Amino acid sequence: MPNFLHRRNFLRFTTGLGLVVGLDYFSPAYAKQIKSIKADQTQLKYPEIIDLIIQETGVKIGEQNATGITVNNSIPAPLIRLKEGQIAKINVTNKLDEDTSIHWHGIILPVKMDGVPGVSFAGIKPGQTFTYEFPIIQSGTYWYHGHSGLQEQRGHFGPIIIDPIESDPFQYDKDYVVMLSDWTFEDPYDVLKNLKKMSSYYNNQKRTVENLSEDSMWRQMRMDPTDIADITGATYTYLINGLVPETNWTAIFKPGEKVRLRFINGSAMTFFDVRIPGLKMTVVQADGQNIQPVIVDEFRMGTAETYDIIVEPKNEQAYTIFAETMDRSGYARGTLAISQGMTAPIPKLRERPVRSMKDMGMNHDMSGMNNNLHMNHDMSGMNSNSTMNHDMSGMNSNSTMNHDMFNDEAVPNISNDFGVRNAGVPMMVQSRLNEPGIGLENTGTRVLVYSDLRNIAPGYDQRKPDREIELHLTGNMERYMWSFNGKKYSEEKEIAFYKGERLRLTFINQTMMEHPIHLHGMWMELDNGAGQYKPRKHTIIVKPAEKLSVEINVDVSGKWPLHCHLLYHMKVGMFRTVAIMDHPVEAG
Amino acid sequence: MSLKTIIYSSFLTGLLSCINFLTDVSTVKSEIIQNLEKFKLNETIINSNQDIFTQDFGENIVTNESLNQEFAQQDDETPNKDEENWPSPIEDDEIFWFLLVDQLEYRGSDSKDFFRWDIEGWVGGDYERIWLKTEGEVAFAKDDGGEAEIQLLYGYLIAPFWDLQVGLRYDRIYGSEDDRGRAFAVIGLEGLAPDLYEVDTALFISENGDLSARFQVEQELLITQKLILQPRFEINVAAQKVENFGIGSGVNDIELGLRLRYEINRNYAPYLGINWIRLVGETENLARKDGESVDNFSVVGGIRMLF
Repeated sequence: MPNFLHRRNFLRFTTGLGLVVGLDYFSPAYAKQIKSIKADQTQLKYPEIIDLIIQETGVKIGEQNATGITVNNSIPAPLIRLKEGQIAKINVTNKLDEDTSIHWHGIILPVKMDGVPGVSFAGIKPGQTFTYEFPIIQSGTYWYHGHSGLQEQRGHFGPIIIDPIESDPFQYDKDYVVMLSDWTFEDPYDVLKNLKKMSSYYNNQKRTVENLSEDSMWRQMRMDPTDIADITGATYTYLINGLVPETNWTAIFKPGEKVRLRFINGSAMTFFDVRIPGLKMTVVQADGQNIQPVIVDEFRMGTAETYDIIVEPKNEQAYTIFAETMDRSGYARGTLAISQGMTAPIPKLRERPVRSMKDMGMNHDMSGMNNNLHMNHDMSGMNSNSTMNHDMSGMNSNSTMNHDMFNDEAVPNISNDFGVRNAGVPMMVQSRLNEPGIGLENTGTRVLVYSDLRNIAPGYDQRKPDREIELHLTGNMERYMWSFNGKKYSEEKEIAFYKGERLRLTFINQTMMEHPIHLHGMWMELDNGAGQYKPRKHTIIVKPAEKLSVEINVDVSGKWPLHCHLLYHMKVGMFRTVAIMDHPVEAG
Repeated sequence: MSLKTIIYSSFLTGLLSCINFLTDVSTVKSEIIQNLEKFKLNETIINSNQDIFTQDFGENIVTNESLNQEFAQQDDETPNKDEENWPSPIEDDEIFWFLLVDQLEYRGSDSKDFFRWDIEGWVGGDYERIWLKTEGEVAFAKDDGGEAEIQLLYGYLIAPFWDLQVGLRYDRIYGSEDDRGRAFAVIGLEGLAPDLYEVDTALFISENGDLSARFQVEQELLITQKLILQPRFEINVAAQKVENFGIGSGVNDIELGLRLRYEINRNYAPYLGINWIRLVGETENLARKDGESVDNFSVVGGIRMLF
């Protein structure tokens, strides 16, 4: 590489991870310096060119040695900090002996720069350097990761911060990246093989004979009510910024300061429930997009989602940043403290939740068949008058109801012929946007729900959708098969979007698991009753037996992936290519 | 104040602070200075930054998101020439395999002691799999012989929980008499029935046209996460009498088993249990004639392995 040395490289002041992207700045994950930084943004230098080198590196996860796929020898990959309005130029060199790639998650960019082998480009061959070059036309917290094979599971992911041109609509004194991930010392392909042999391989929290009669309905349906996560703490170690809970990643604050924490769920397969006992969290961004602030005690992060929160610790003490997995099989932990080395009590893991009749899409007429305790709660959720009152008033105050198609009623699930690829079809499907999700229903605290999310400004395109597409999320857990509309990618590759249209895309989850669905290249505006203020998301959790809709402005060209962001679900077929077509001429 | 003004002025502020920063190095930490020197950070950067801000964005910086998106997409129209040679974004039809040594055990009873195995495995994809099943037993006492069975099947997923299997089975009996074997054609159904019963059932037609059938069902009951009770039931029936193999027409035998295993991990689980085989009907009579036991209760111990 003759021009390697001539290339101008620039130092950037980074936040959170305290990392620098540079020519030969190597920092092993465990030795990372944690600096507190929120420099005046006018003082930040933004790199003109960034060089990233992807290779296998020996890393230390906690006390254990392992080999990871690293970017510039670090897990997570170095923070990339950019400025809205600049052009990002990123040279990615592949020093692996297999193809690799980087996808810029949530970034709106030209199709060839999206970084998905086989959809946007050919991938980066061993020894090759690929130059990504795209204008930055947005701001917020995002991330990047490999889109080749199961590399992401081995550490190939990192954070992106894009500073806005105009200042943020909220104030803060410091900011930190809190990147959550799941690490396994097993080969990810062995993990997949194990799941194919026995889909409950990693579930060590199954129900026992004690609950035999209670579970009769589940056994009847050949379903497991404890099937919350495919891969669990049985093999995973959960990390914050690459550090195990014992290492205790610590962010420093001065009492009274406003601290912005940029949470990124960079895990392969894990949903995290995040809280900081003792502090209220003000959620200001979801998926990099400014939202009308919501004050909560806890929020759930699906794989690949990001949330920016602001906390204002007043006391001279330590607070635990606690990210519990949805199945309660483990946690990632960090600390917010006035100095390094301080700790706060670590909460106990809560009891692992069990799936309810509602996850099965059972109509309440069926309730006589099984009177387990969880039914009561779910029933109220289904009738939903009491819980909805609050949200309804919120919606009316925006006086945008007439624009909205948002509907909370359970409707019979009429589409149930997905053959062998789908097991256990829910009887009813409905919106569950006002539910915090399994295990968070009765915490007694304020938990973020999707219907809380309201974009800070009205969306720029308020057209009514011209067209609606239904996409069913399907799967057969018994064989560990996951698909859309009962067909995996190799059986049905494309969905057509029409250029220029305003599209309504409706997801119907026919499975018993949550799926974080990610669309590349375009925003999904979640139809959650927020009218003109629909939140824009790149990744949306669809709960079991849920039907929800997003609106999409199809203002791009080319081909873009749409997939479940659970890495192994994507790997076995829950993936589609969205092909942007010219609008067909309407007959007559 | 127009947006343009805001942008230009904020850019100017940025530029000024850049220059200020670069000239006033005394305020900068020493490590940063080193890095600056290393990367030869100098004025050209600022100039080129300026180029980026002015030349490429012109007047339209974030005034209109849709315009910006169009800008972002501007060079999408040129088709990719080598698209056919691209790899698939995901490989979702890979071949996997599975091997379960369900029984590898010592069977002790009043009459005879046996070593017994029951193994099944497959290799294939989501819908189509090649199955291999083998079971059999060998007596520990000399000349008491034993029997072995092997099946090679093609399985196709016909319902979410059910695999239809067709193929061949070969049986061999060893003993004091001459060794003898026979082959069968097999059509079977294996899968998970409601209430989580693991069912494996098949119809066999021997090379001589004799028809027989087998029905096996077992369940897994978790006492704890690691302690698992596995009740098992098997029944064999035949349409014709095959005296050479000690089989009468009608129900041949009923087998009940109960194994309690301890999963050290998913792959290795030693177990203890009991097993009871009762020959019935014509088969029972044939066995009595040969002086064999018809009611066989045994205690079993072994290891279950998943590969």
